[in-house]
Amino acid sequence: MVSTFNKAVLATITTVVTTSVFAADIVKIDGSSTVYPITEAVAEEFQKETGIKVTVGVSGTGGGFKKFCRGETVISDASRPIKAKEIKKCDEAGISFIEVPVAFDALTVVINKDNEWAKEMTPAELKKIWGPDAQGKVMNWKQVREGMPDQPLKLYGPGADSGTFDYFTEAIIEKSKSIRGDFTASEDDNVLVQGVAGDKGGMGYFGLAYYVENKDKLGAVKVQNKEGKFVEPSLETVMNGSYNPLSRPLFIYLNATKAAFDPKVKKFVEFYLDNAAKLSKEVGYVPFSTAEYDAIKKHYKTLKTGSAFKDGPAIGLSVKEILEKAAD
Amino acid sequence: MASTIKPAKDLNAVRALIKKHKKNDRLFSVIGIFVIAALAIALLVLFLDLVIDGYPKMNLEFFSNFPSRKAEGAGILSAWVGSALVLTVTFFVAVPMGVAAGIYLEEYAKKGWFSDLIEINVANLAGVPSIIYGLLALGLFVYEFGLGTSILTAGLTLSLLMLPIVIVSTREAIRAIPVHIREAAYAVGATKWQVTLHHVLQYAMGGVLTGIIIGMARAIGETAPVITIGALTFIAFLPPAPVSEVMPFINFNWLDAGFTVLPIQMFNWISRPEHAFHINAAATGAVIIILTLLMNGLAIRLRYSIRKKIKW
Repeated sequence: MVSTFNKAVLATITTVVTTSVFAADIVKIDGSSTVYPITEAVAEEFQKETGIKVTVGVSGTGGGFKKFCRGETVISDASRPIKAKEIKKCDEAGISFIEVPVAFDALTVVINKDNEWAKEMTPAELKKIWGPDAQGKVMNWKQVREGMPDQPLKLYGPGADSGTFDYFTEAIIEKSKSIRGDFTASEDDNVLVQGVAGDKGGMGYFGLAYYVENKDKLGAVKVQNKEGKFVEPSLETVMNGSYNPLSRPLFIYLNATKAAFDPKVKKFVEFYLDNAAKLSKEVGYVPFSTAEYDAIKKHYKTLKTGSAFKDGPAIGLSVKEILEKAAD
Repeated sequence: MASTIKPAKDLNAVRALIKKHKKNDRLFSVIGIFVIAALAIALLVLFLDLVIDGYPKMNLEFFSNFPSRKAEGAGILSAWVGSALVLTVTFFVAVPMGVAAGIYLEEYAKKGWFSDLIEINVANLAGVPSIIYGLLALGLFVYEFGLGTSILTAGLTLSLLMLPIVIVSTREAIRAIPVHIREAAYAVGATKWQVTLHHVLQYAMGGVLTGIIIGMARAIGETAPVITIGALTFIAFLPPAPVSEVMPFINFNWLDAGFTVLPIQMFNWISRPEHAFHINAAATGAVIIILTLLMNGLAIRLRYSIRKKIKW
């Protein structure tokens, strides 16, 4: 172990010494941990191909916007749309932004492998379980629906700082950040996986990638969509739009000035959109269609600033709607 | 106890008493061994678990590869270089300041309410949660001084964390030196500074070094303050080299560079969905523990060899 380490030190000291001048212009990105795997994949490939340096931080969507609106980063990863408050901060600093959707994530409601009774649920039932009124009252599966067994209900979910949490409450409870307080919260989705996997009456929600990776331990709830069908989350159902309302778009926000004038940033964004389909799939997310990526590229090239969500959260918008709303 | 003072009427009673006390001795040593064994086993289990999980990644490439979305090819190059550079800054800031402060407080400062106040504060600082230092550094170094999220900021932050440990251990090491060593030196006409430099500090060196290394071992595993000041997660290039081919051969550009450190890399991998990344995280954890053990081992070794050299 030690000698391996020493060799590695020697091997890399040569690289350290030969690394010449440190390029001051680095494409600096920060923000959401949900979007991070996609951006990391793009950054890795981009750097290999062009040699332009890219760094990615994980400060969370909110923390990322703080830096973005201070001009410390040129691109901000976001698992939820920018908020009115954050838009104001950016305005004050004279920073305008371009909103670019990059891929879908499917929020997946998961239950224990042995749970045979909750494989299909309606959003109304989910609201009954997760809503603020359920706190201290809905504690057993038999209260959720007639005919469900007498099994204590144990809930696991992301903490209040998470964009996943924001979207889930908006889509299911229909009020942002409104939820019962008596569930086990963790910022680490693997902890939620462990919780639900080890508890017959357990239920939780997180991004599709964590479910796909733990399919042997968990079951996914088919959630009833707008058309009344019970749909399981998967690559296909998210892409064809039938998995709603829990599909959400992920974004990157570009500093508009840099996107217009800095050739490195321009190159990076183009590379991002060219490769987002392939790379987002690779890291467990759901890509848009080719036509949609073409529309996004066009939108980006016109350098239209502003957000489709400036008047507050909106659920279930298609890529087309997002681009159109941002443009007006 | 009273029975031991009285002249023993019966030799057997005395023997029984001695036997009883010897039994207590043994009992205590057994308890002691159990406690130590429990701690050692906990550490061992933790360590072995990490090594077993991370074993497939324990190879040269792991140390010479940059992070990647593909777990198999991902490595900790930028993380360990970042950790090493940050600790270098920490060392060069915390050690001179900490040792100087320790010497001043122990040798020069007038004993009074003010030095008492400082003493209490230093002791308290050692117990402040590390995230608090991170918040302080974010406000002070990153924004007030405009140092940004750089290796310099991280090094300064961790040196704040390390300072109280160095100060306290320096003072304790100095305090352990017998007063006649000083008196002998004064007797042959040495000044206070000469006494301090040539005798006190020399003899205290073992304890001082121990404190320094234990402080460094703590700093290497710190995550919270480094995340707070905004350390990066993905960085696939190295900071500029501290040594250059042209005059003046040393450059300090690396101080200003972005970075990541080992615990952050580990944290990022452990929160990923793919199991293969968890193997990487375990391997990184094993590396951190090995580094910490090596540093602590070095501290013990140094203390031992310096103690052996001192003859008074």
